[in-house]
Formats: sequence, C-alpha cells, structure tokens
Amino acid sequence: MKDTNEMKLIFDSCSANEGFARVAVASFMTQLNPTLEEVADVKTAISEAVTNSIIHGYENEIKKIEIRCLTKGKTIYVEICDKGKGIENVEKAMEPLFTTKPELERSGMGFAFMEAFMDKVEVSSVVGEGTTVKMEKIIGKGRSAWNTQSL
Amino acid sequence: MEYQIQENCLTICLPNELDHHNAEEIRKLSDQLVEKNHIKYIFFDFQNTNFMDSSGIGVIMGRYKQVCLFGGEVWAMNANERLKKILRMSGVMKIIHMYEEELCI
Repeated sequence: MKDTNEMKLIFDSCSANEGFARVAVASFMTQLNPTLEEVADVKTAISEAVTNSIIHGYENEIKKIEIRCLTKGKTIYVEICDKGKGIENVEKAMEPLFTTKPELERSGMGFAFMEAFMDKVEVSSVVGEGTTVKMEKIIGKGRSAWNTQSL
Repeated sequence: MEYQIQENCLTICLPNELDHHNAEEIRKLSDQLVEKNHIKYIFFDFQNTNFMDSSGIGVIMGRYKQVCLFGGEVWAMNANERLKKILRMSGVMKIIHMYEEELCI
C-alpha cells in the first residue's frame, strides 16, 4: 500500500485566505484519521504560520504563500514558505511574547503556539529572501486501539 | 458583530473563527464602543467560537490594557475546552476572569 501522499497549495497573502489555508490542510490530514484535538492543533499551527507570513513576511503586500504537505505513515509534514523580508534573528523571534509589531497588538505567541501544538518546528530564514517554517506531527500517538465491548 | 451594552459593561459576541482576519474588526468596534460609552467591563462571549489563534490573544490583551487603566476588567464566558487551553497556555487567563469558572471547580 502506498504510504505517502503529497499536496501543494499556492495562494495570495491576504488575510481572508488564513481560514482557507488551515481548513485545506485540516481536510488533507483527515486521511490519517486524526482526533478532533489533533486537527485543532494543526489548524492553529497553520494559522499562526500563515498569519506570520502575511503580517511580518509580506507586511500586508499581496504576494504568494506556498504550503507543502506530506503524509508519511502516521506523520504529517507541513512546510509554509513565503518570499518576504525574512527574519533577522530566528532565535529571538521564537521567544514567547517577543514581537516586532506590538502596535498591531500581536501577542508574540505565534511560534510558541506552533511549538506547543506540533511535535517539531524548524524555521529557516534569509533576510530579504523569505522564510520557511517546517513542522511535523505524529497523528494517533496517544490513542489506544478501538475496543468494542460486547453488549 | 453582535454586541450589547449595559451601563459600563460591554458584551461582545465573538465570531465562529477568531483569527487575524476578523480580529481587526473586533478591535476597531470595541475601541469605539469603549471610548464612547465609558466602558469599564468587557465580556467576551465565546459561545459561537470554535477556533482561535494568537491573534485572538492579542485582541484580549489589547482590550485588557485599555480598560485596566481605569480599573476595569475583562471577562471570558462560554469558552470550550480547546479555547480555555489556548487562554491558559498564553497566560491571559491570569489577567482575565473566567465567567463560569466557579461552576467547574
């Protein structure tokens, strides 16, 4: 049986597409038979990453954001790429409550949420060229096998 | 956006999904209302809300800063378990009040 599945999504960096992006990835991952909690985790992480690209990467200019998804066995891998302005200090950016845009009421919790809800988060960024966020999550980790009890 | 004003209390009924896209609208609306009606207490009603990310946290923190200068408070009501988890993780639960918390203990 084929164990992997892939998809790629390219869309405009307008805020109306945030909902679209997280729902698209959520429906792609349903093949892994996730729990509602796991779907919500991935949706939140995607939302954070896409919002980052829109606000910080492109600073509200309309350009393209690309999402690549791969499922392999029970793991979902997601990559969110923008060709925006990049992050000068990734380590600093990932600190909880750190934000470069407090005037926009950004809470600085974006990367912290991604790290909390996904198993692994990797950020690579080149100033002036763009940012790629790679995340992965194993689906169905804490679930015990379904047990039908006889009535 | 549905809202209700009673004396110095503002209740905002939050949308189904609270992300960066609609956070802006809520922020503008509540800022206007708070200023015009001398609001001291803001209630966020999560009854219809199924999704929130850090943009929602930003909205709550921003409103808190606004009213706490005048000794006001921010309350959250009808949040489901998922939303409570997000509120707890982000630390805003320490600065806002949960409306039905007494019942849960």
